[in-house]
Amino acid sequence: MSVIYLVLPLAIIIVGGAVLAFVWSAKSGQYDDLETPAVRVLHD
Amino acid sequence: MSTAITPAAVATDALCAHCGLPVPEGLLEDGAERQFCCSGCHTAFGILHAHGLDSYYGFAERREAPVRASGRSYDEFDHPAFAKLYVTALPNSLSRTELYLEGVHCASCVWLVERVPLLVPGVLRAELDVRRSLAVIEWDIATVPLSRIAQSFDTLGYPPHPFRGVARADMRKREDRAMLVRIGIAGAIAINVMLAALALYAGELNTMDAGFTRFFRWVSFAITIPAFIWPGRVFFTGAWASLRARALHMDLPIAIALAAGFVRGAMNTITNSGPIYFDGLALLIFALLVGRFLQQRGQRMAVDAAEELHAIAPTTARIIENDVSRDIPSEALLPGMLLDVRAGESFPADGVVIHGHSSVNAALLTGESRPASVTVGQMVYAGTLNVASPLRVAVEQAGETSRIANLMRQVEDSAKRRAPIVQMANRMAGLFTAIVLAVAAGTFVIKSQLSSAHALDDAIALLIVTCPCALALATPLAITVAVARAARRGMLIKGGDALELLATPGIIVLDKTGTITEGRITLSVWHGPDWVKPLVLALEEGSSHPLADGFRRAWPDVPTATVSASRHIAGGGLEGTVDGHMVRIGSPRFIQESTVHVDVSLQRVMNDLDHTMTLVQVAIDGVIVAIAGLSDRVRDDALDSLQQLRGRGWRTVMLSGDAQDVVASVGRALAFEAQDSIGAVSPEDKLAFVERLKATSGRTVVMVGDGVNDAAAIAAAHVGIGVHGGAEACLATADIYLTRPGLGALVELTDGSRRTLRVIRRNIALSIGYNLVGASLAVFGLLTPLIAAILMPTSSITVVLGSWYSTTFARPTTTESIS
Repeated sequence: MSVIYLVLPLAIIIVGGAVLAFVWSAKSGQYDDLETPAVRVLHD
Repeated sequence: MSTAITPAAVATDALCAHCGLPVPEGLLEDGAERQFCCSGCHTAFGILHAHGLDSYYGFAERREAPVRASGRSYDEFDHPAFAKLYVTALPNSLSRTELYLEGVHCASCVWLVERVPLLVPGVLRAELDVRRSLAVIEWDIATVPLSRIAQSFDTLGYPPHPFRGVARADMRKREDRAMLVRIGIAGAIAINVMLAALALYAGELNTMDAGFTRFFRWVSFAITIPAFIWPGRVFFTGAWASLRARALHMDLPIAIALAAGFVRGAMNTITNSGPIYFDGLALLIFALLVGRFLQQRGQRMAVDAAEELHAIAPTTARIIENDVSRDIPSEALLPGMLLDVRAGESFPADGVVIHGHSSVNAALLTGESRPASVTVGQMVYAGTLNVASPLRVAVEQAGETSRIANLMRQVEDSAKRRAPIVQMANRMAGLFTAIVLAVAAGTFVIKSQLSSAHALDDAIALLIVTCPCALALATPLAITVAVARAARRGMLIKGGDALELLATPGIIVLDKTGTITEGRITLSVWHGPDWVKPLVLALEEGSSHPLADGFRRAWPDVPTATVSASRHIAGGGLEGTVDGHMVRIGSPRFIQESTVHVDVSLQRVMNDLDHTMTLVQVAIDGVIVAIAGLSDRVRDDALDSLQQLRGRGWRTVMLSGDAQDVVASVGRALAFEAQDSIGAVSPEDKLAFVERLKATSGRTVVMVGDGVNDAAAIAAAHVGIGVHGGAEACLATADIYLTRPGLGALVELTDGSRRTLRVIRRNIALSIGYNLVGASLAVFGLLTPLIAAILMPTSSITVVLGSWYSTTFARPTTTESIS
């Protein structure tokens, strides 16, 4: 059980990474227009 | 919207090869492999085909309106004044601008617009945002002028307009991103704290090792801190602002609960005893943020849809300099410039006619539906329509100083004066906070008198469990859902308070021209033989007068005869030689000054005709053979809708700039009370009327209109409603904008509002019920952290589901909807 002392902080670090990735993607405008890109892939 | 012009001619079974709409009969080409509904489609097809872009037709969705290339030169797009207003310079001598494209709505549009860099050399990037119809264009100004790019959009069937809201759009984009980031972080934290809580609750049942319990409590504490510092901060700043403004806001009780829970949780973590609450608090922050985001989105969509139509307003003026005409932006007009305004165009500025005579439709400004004639020396006003023939106008007032700009300023002023309506939930927040604080204090005092060890714990548990999460969500969510559904039914609602106001019957003031009536002239009476029709049509063919339109619309399938000579006599009528006959069409005065013979039976018909109609006589070779009566037709659903509104307790008033006799006759037909059909009212009077009604009646005053002449009154009313096809000023100030024609939407709006308010009340009752249960448990010290953790989200979820499954605007018809 005591492995939890290692695994839990590790999990939090991973979540932190995911949150940072999300913040970056939001700030770079990837969620600004959610309709057009879906349509655009159809044309390539 | 404004592109949805249906072809005037009768449609056939053949479908247009470009847009897929039925092809009008007159345009069918015998034996042709492909048929086109208009020349715009034909051109677009030709361009696509020539560039090998035929795969456009493979994408399933199609246009709902025919392509109409306007064929304009777009010269004004190259003017320095235009560049200053709308174009950003990029490094490497590139430029960027945003254009609002008319008629964009499907997958094929994205594809076609984004192929423009292939079609026009010098364009580096063309990217389309489908939802907002905005195209971002980057081009090399040395290679290709913007007008050339604009022309190619135009030929593809997307007439471009400058987009005026760049700065504001950027600000919103930043706001949206920040909000999304906050939600993401709050969500990640909430889920992880809940996982830790799950371990704790499970551990309690299975006697988990004390060391682990302690560890999980510390972990919960540690990861909740960022939720309070970053996403949760908005509630504290909101509460602080509300305290400073001395206006109680929902953020205040939320902040109190969050703070109390956090402080107590932290203390209990450190002392390692008692509940920690972190799971509930983190979830609360997340749920509240999501609720707010959805609400903002829903309302913004309605505002955007109305405001983007703005860009369609004419932005150019044709001026004459040294006998050469050229287009410039309307913003660059100066007094003294010479304007050339053709028939069918609007005046871009106020000025004096110096050459030509014509008639002017000032319905936009005054509401008068019959065009008035103007001649040299008379004033014409910006925004009004030149109906009959070309005019030269010397500009007197342009831009900010024109009459229409003054009217717009009045509109803005009255919009500002309008008292902010405090929403029901916020009104309750003050009361709610006071009660909760009092009960918590009471619990603490009484319990410590009784020497209970848990006095402080119980008081804090009470503060937390009564966090008005459900209450804060109740109103916005119900309104968001209602606004979204209403939008799908053709009613764009810009603010939730309008729904609240429309729920109780009050006084509804309607404009006549364009609101109750269709706003266009229709042939309603015709006394004459059929063989005259082709001759009449032939003469009217070349005229852009609204009366001519009336004839054309009435007889779409009558063949036209050949005209050998025709001329237009201003203020009178038309005269010409058709099939060898001398034909004169016009007002009785004009006809009778040159004819001798008036048939007795026709004379009798003429006397019997409703004098509110515009009379037109037709004389052939000096003999009057036919009489026509044209009028602005009342909408089909007007009487029915008005009666339904009256049945629900609304008082209806008709207010119009039109002559009193016309208004009275329409009023009689629509069962208005005699004193409630008011004619000959100027825009300023309309505003005064609405203000007076607001002050004296004590009821909700709703103004429904379509023109600039109604805009000030619309802004001043408690609820302003702009109808389908209205002027931009009216769209901008209206709280609600109808995107479908007819008055049926008004009935639906009032019904939907009543149902929405009922949902709100139910939500509020539910959340207060939950709070009562939670509060009583807390007062008696029975509230365990587990119960709190279950109770808090359940109340929110009930409210969310209750709002989502409510039938506010979902019903298909309006008549059966009183439940």
